[in-house]
Amino acid sequence: MTTIPFKLPFNIKLYRPVKPTGVWDWLTTIDHKKIGVLYGVTAFIMFLTGGVEAMLIRTQLIAPELKIIAPEVYNQLFTMHATTMIFLGVMPLSAAFFNFIIPLQIGARDVAFPRLNAFSYWVFLAGALIMKASWFLGGSPNAGWFGYAPITGATFNPGTGIDFWIVGLQVLGVASLAASFNFIVTIINMRAPGMTLMRLPLFTWMTLLTAILLILAFPVITVALIELMLDRTFDFNFFNTKAGANPILWQHLFWIFGHPEVYILILPAMGIVSEILPTFSRKPIFGYPAMVLAASFIAFMGWLVWSHHMFTTGLGPIANSVFTLTTMLIAVPTGVKMFNWLGTMWGGDIDFKTPTLFAVGFLSMFLIGGISGVMHAFSASDYQQQDTYFIVAHIHYVLFGGAIFGIFAGIYYWFPKITGRMYDEKLGKLNFWIMFIAQNLTFFPMHFVGMQGMPRRIFTYDAEMGWAFWNAFETIAAYAVAFGVLIFVINMIKSWNGGKKAGDDPWDGRTLEWSIPSPPPLYNFRDIPIVKSVDDFWHTKQKSDTKVKSKTKVSDIHLPQPSYWPFLVAVGLTIAGFGIIYNLVLTGIGIGIMLITVCAWSFEPVNEPDSH
Amino acid sequence: MSDETTTGLNHRKLLMWVFLGSDCMFFASLIGTYLIYKGSGVAHPGPADVFDIPTTSVSTFVLLMSSMSMVFSYAYLVRDNIKAFRIWLLSTMIMGSTFIGFQIFEFSEFYFHDHLSPQTNLFGTTFYALTGTHGIHVTIGVIWLGIIFYSSLFRNTVTSKTNLDLDLAALYWHFVDIVWIVIFAVVYLFGTFTGFPAS
Repeated sequence: MTTIPFKLPFNIKLYRPVKPTGVWDWLTTIDHKKIGVLYGVTAFIMFLTGGVEAMLIRTQLIAPELKIIAPEVYNQLFTMHATTMIFLGVMPLSAAFFNFIIPLQIGARDVAFPRLNAFSYWVFLAGALIMKASWFLGGSPNAGWFGYAPITGATFNPGTGIDFWIVGLQVLGVASLAASFNFIVTIINMRAPGMTLMRLPLFTWMTLLTAILLILAFPVITVALIELMLDRTFDFNFFNTKAGANPILWQHLFWIFGHPEVYILILPAMGIVSEILPTFSRKPIFGYPAMVLAASFIAFMGWLVWSHHMFTTGLGPIANSVFTLTTMLIAVPTGVKMFNWLGTMWGGDIDFKTPTLFAVGFLSMFLIGGISGVMHAFSASDYQQQDTYFIVAHIHYVLFGGAIFGIFAGIYYWFPKITGRMYDEKLGKLNFWIMFIAQNLTFFPMHFVGMQGMPRRIFTYDAEMGWAFWNAFETIAAYAVAFGVLIFVINMIKSWNGGKKAGDDPWDGRTLEWSIPSPPPLYNFRDIPIVKSVDDFWHTKQKSDTKVKSKTKVSDIHLPQPSYWPFLVAVGLTIAGFGIIYNLVLTGIGIGIMLITVCAWSFEPVNEPDSH
Repeated sequence: MSDETTTGLNHRKLLMWVFLGSDCMFFASLIGTYLIYKGSGVAHPGPADVFDIPTTSVSTFVLLMSSMSMVFSYAYLVRDNIKAFRIWLLSTMIMGSTFIGFQIFEFSEFYFHDHLSPQTNLFGTTFYALTGTHGIHVTIGVIWLGIIFYSSLFRNTVTSKTNLDLDLAALYWHFVDIVWIVIFAVVYLFGTFTGFPAS
């Protein structure tokens, strides 16, 4: 590997990498496609660890009064399972698609801030490691994924588990914020000529809305976490009820973040499905403007419903009625989207490849989850359902049957573009049917035991409650879900190494990413395309294949160059984070490293003018 | 990487606006926490016991004037009058530092004289968290302006062509200023307000 120097103030010289190879390449890369792959692989490994936690939970519940797992560990398991799946699984898997696909869909050569993009990934990895390190350093967080204060305060929860949770989430928040700033600027400012907002592919639209939700929602949870951290570390009184603190302040702050977060999880999956259904139905998306408006309305309404998580805290009949109405109102734009997807498939020449199956699976599972959602949107009915397995069933239908199915659909759909190879169709279909059937067998009976009153988050139950049969049933079905995921992993590894060559456009795609080679070259587009309508690439293919002669020489394309700094800033942030848990001196050192590396980063030019 | 963007707005400027939007929610949450807890908890001292409105009015005035001097500084930079740009930039930094000095004085007065610490009561907790966060924002702003001043003085890299560097810092500076107006009104003025005199 070679390096070239650049100058800092006081005549300090630093070096930057040039054409690194191997590990150095991955550590210093600022190519959005490589960062997308890093995000995807890391998040999928995290998804698997969250799955192992789920299997342990289900194993403990297979029969009444089992003592395989101690109650303290059980609390840590369900907390980490949810935290992992939401913050380390679904969100970064969506971010993997944002990274890889968005610049390709809008006809750009990279994102607006490539080094900031690398920074997001390394900070995400730091947050994931801090969170998971808690298993080996004295116990994980144990208060549920929404960490209600004051039960997470130092009085009731003296161990370090909650500190890992607080620091881990803040670090992950930094990663999500940096990535969202980047994608908002990229989508608004780096579209190919002619690509107006109403010509954006729907996945790009959903990404834009997700990023806007993220930048507005994450500051709220960050403030809540800082308040809790100040309480735990410096004896502040934010959640100290003895000093007169309000015990539901945390719930308000958390859910003002938490409900937009739900849409942060599901909108990207909706975007993926909106790309797949038109492609495999061989029809344009039905009602494109309605889809955009419905999603924008969902994103807006997501801010006005948070108290439906708090119906049973005693907010009073007026607040409960208002939030019942606003929550039910969200079902309207969601219904619009559902009918538009059906309208897209209606009368289409549907090709049931694996991505289509997963997308249709998404529609049906999300519909069931959505309907049970409307049931507990009604506050009177919610009093029966709050904190029971009925809620567990609901969130798994929308997040597993919804978000995860959408993400799996996306992985199969874009696998040929990302790797240049075709996945194994037979294994893909097998994967779908096992996961589809098993997930229904796992989660549907949870509605029954929930209605029979089985509370969530209990480590065991009495044999006389009559919940034993369905719990055993659910556990066995959950193992089958895990088997389905195993088939997926085998398919991915096998196909990545030895799959058939896919070609540039295996699905007869509609969006710009299919107009370039698979896998895409470093510079993505040799010539920046000119866009005249929605699905412009597909219309171009229909007319003729007279390609415009290329005017750009490849050697004229300037790309941003690799950099050490994003990685090093993330290292500083990790040290500072551990410092808050163990010793504030470490925090000082970490912040010092961050200051120095941020300065070096800001003095490093994006491109060396004399190095291509 | 061409300099042309879809909207015509520079990437970094758009980034700054998006960041400020996000920061609004950050301060909104802190101010919200303060307002929710206003008046709850019985332990003294409370806002009316500690605030000295004339002193804080002076520091508020200084911070507001710093925004004006920031505008002058940017206007001179755009006209390539480097000397005037440096003078106004320096004056902005001095006024920002004065504001921070006032805040340190105020905090130590509350802490040592009025025995109000963050641990004392809910008012102390929410007051120090909110105004402290704002103080950190001002400090970062002063350091940022300091880096620009240094670059201008010793590297001569700040000119009308690179005015965006100052433009971004100025946007941030004005934002932090506006947040203080809200804090001054909501925390200080409402905190000591005891009702209109009976007529």
